Amino acid sequence: MDMKPLWFNAAAATKPGLPIRLGAIGAVMLSVTGAFAYTGGWLSPERLTQDRMMAAFREAYGIHVGFRRNHAKGVCVTGWFESSGQAAAISKAAVFRPGRVPVVGRFALAGGMPFQPDAPSTVRSMALRFLPPGGEEWRTGMNNIPVFPVNSARGFYDQLLAFSPEPATGKPDPAKIKAFLAVHPEAARALALIKKREVTSGFANSTFNSLNAFRFVDAAGGPTSVRWSVVPVQPIKADAAEQPEQGDENYLFDDLIAQITQHPRQWRLIVTIGWSGDLTNDATQPWPEGRQQVDAGTVTIDRASSEDGGHCTAINYDPLVLPAGIQPSDDPLLSARSAVYARSFKLRAEEQHEKPPSAVTPMEAQAGGKS
Amino acid sequence: MTTQPRFAAASRLLHWLMAPMIIAMLFVGVGMAASVSRRYDLLVSIHRPLGIAILVLCVARIVNRFINPPPDLPDTVSPLQRFAAKASHVALYALMLMMPLVGWAMLSAARYPVVLYGPVRLPPISPHDLTLYAWLRDLHTVLAYLLFATFLAHFGAALYHGLIRRDGVFGSMAFREKGSMQFARTNPASIQNSPQAP
Repeated sequence: MDMKPLWFNAAAATKPGLPIRLGAIGAVMLSVTGAFAYTGGWLSPERLTQDRMMAAFREAYGIHVGFRRNHAKGVCVTGWFESSGQAAAISKAAVFRPGRVPVVGRFALAGGMPFQPDAPSTVRSMALRFLPPGGEEWRTGMNNIPVFPVNSARGFYDQLLAFSPEPATGKPDPAKIKAFLAVHPEAARALALIKKREVTSGFANSTFNSLNAFRFVDAAGGPTSVRWSVVPVQPIKADAAEQPEQGDENYLFDDLIAQITQHPRQWRLIVTIGWSGDLTNDATQPWPEGRQQVDAGTVTIDRASSEDGGHCTAINYDPLVLPAGIQPSDDPLLSARSAVYARSFKLRAEEQHEKPPSAVTPMEAQAGGKS
Repeated sequence: MTTQPRFAAASRLLHWLMAPMIIAMLFVGVGMAASVSRRYDLLVSIHRPLGIAILVLCVARIVNRFINPPPDLPDTVSPLQRFAAKASHVALYALMLMMPLVGWAMLSAARYPVVLYGPVRLPPISPHDLTLYAWLRDLHTVLAYLLFATFLAHFGAALYHGLIRRDGVFGSMAFREKGSMQFARTNPASIQNSPQAP
């Protein structure tokens, strides 16, 4: 009968140099594992990773199972984009050819608190998903502020922690904010501009800005630095013009739903063309006035619904979902946003079965927003 | 010592073409899942087309395995090692095939576009479903760690055959026809074991 050794060849074990060879194999295995762990960020506690960014969101806003980690309170909307064809000269994206493209959007308030009461000064956002035929979709998330408060992932992380409420007082620590602004002077300048912005009466007459710069690419491959905005067709009313209904914590969303139910609301998609020399990697800095603008077309929103069961809920409004014809700029925030949104999306997907109802429920949305 | 039969040229070509791709993929994957830096976008844009390329090559490799079956292991390999070798190869093939498919299905369930290059996108292969996405996304991570562990075992076993057993198993997949790794010949103690020794 063939008597093979079950595992180890005893003859091999007696060879000279064996410990060195075994050691070499062990060293190679350890090196490969170490390199893998290093790449995954496990060996560098100082490195800003997606997990650490999520921890900062928890610190700043608490735990809200199943909700987006930021812009947690929102409603879904649908409608269409009627392209004027004017942006087709600077971008080959199908969405800019003359014609109509369906859109699925989301209006939201900044911050990770899904049940925060609506307030005029809270930053408002509009996210849009353009769905031209052929599958080359375009997603964008825009805010009603002129510039972003920070210009890097680290700045955003520091800002989250600096503005986190203290457990004792429930309010941010002024000393921490002061220290943050000292380290991030760009944030101090940007926050001053943000504070000065005109706050309108609601979502429907707000202007929403891309904040980050992008690159349009035309059919010949020619690049153009751009930022874009959606500018309301509805007349702009200052915030004080309408008082919130007593005790209605969702008055901004309820007004929006009521207005859309009444008749469709519209925004013009305005593309601003940067000059050479205009910064594309710093979202805290506005471009100078007087830049050429292209009216790319009109966004019409004719339906609104709760997030619960809404068309926007199972969508990550990742700013790097772009069609050929729109490319990221050198702004580091774009990659950071894309990465952080993806992690937030993963977490809330995992928690989906435990999620409580959203602030604006399907019943509230169907009632035309209470008012 | 008998001369160990070698893998067919097509098998060796596919092996050495895919090895760096898969290792790169594991590192790109673990790196992009952690990154919030500028590299994130670049890593994602490499990960998706590279994954699909691995899927295509993996299918070619399975077809090739039927056309060119692998050579038998030498008689000196013990039954337990034979079993370990067989199991790890089944695991490697299964993981190579599943990783890109799970990745593609996972992106589909979230309706992330699967961008290969420029305007070239793959269609979704699963329904738009957040719960399905969560399940596939977690599966993708678990399979990735399993693939890394299986790759390590495979790499370790290859080095063990090449440096310690020197039974021709390593050489059967190498480009040069040799029973053991090159530096084995520089060690005088090993010359007697090298099939090419004078």
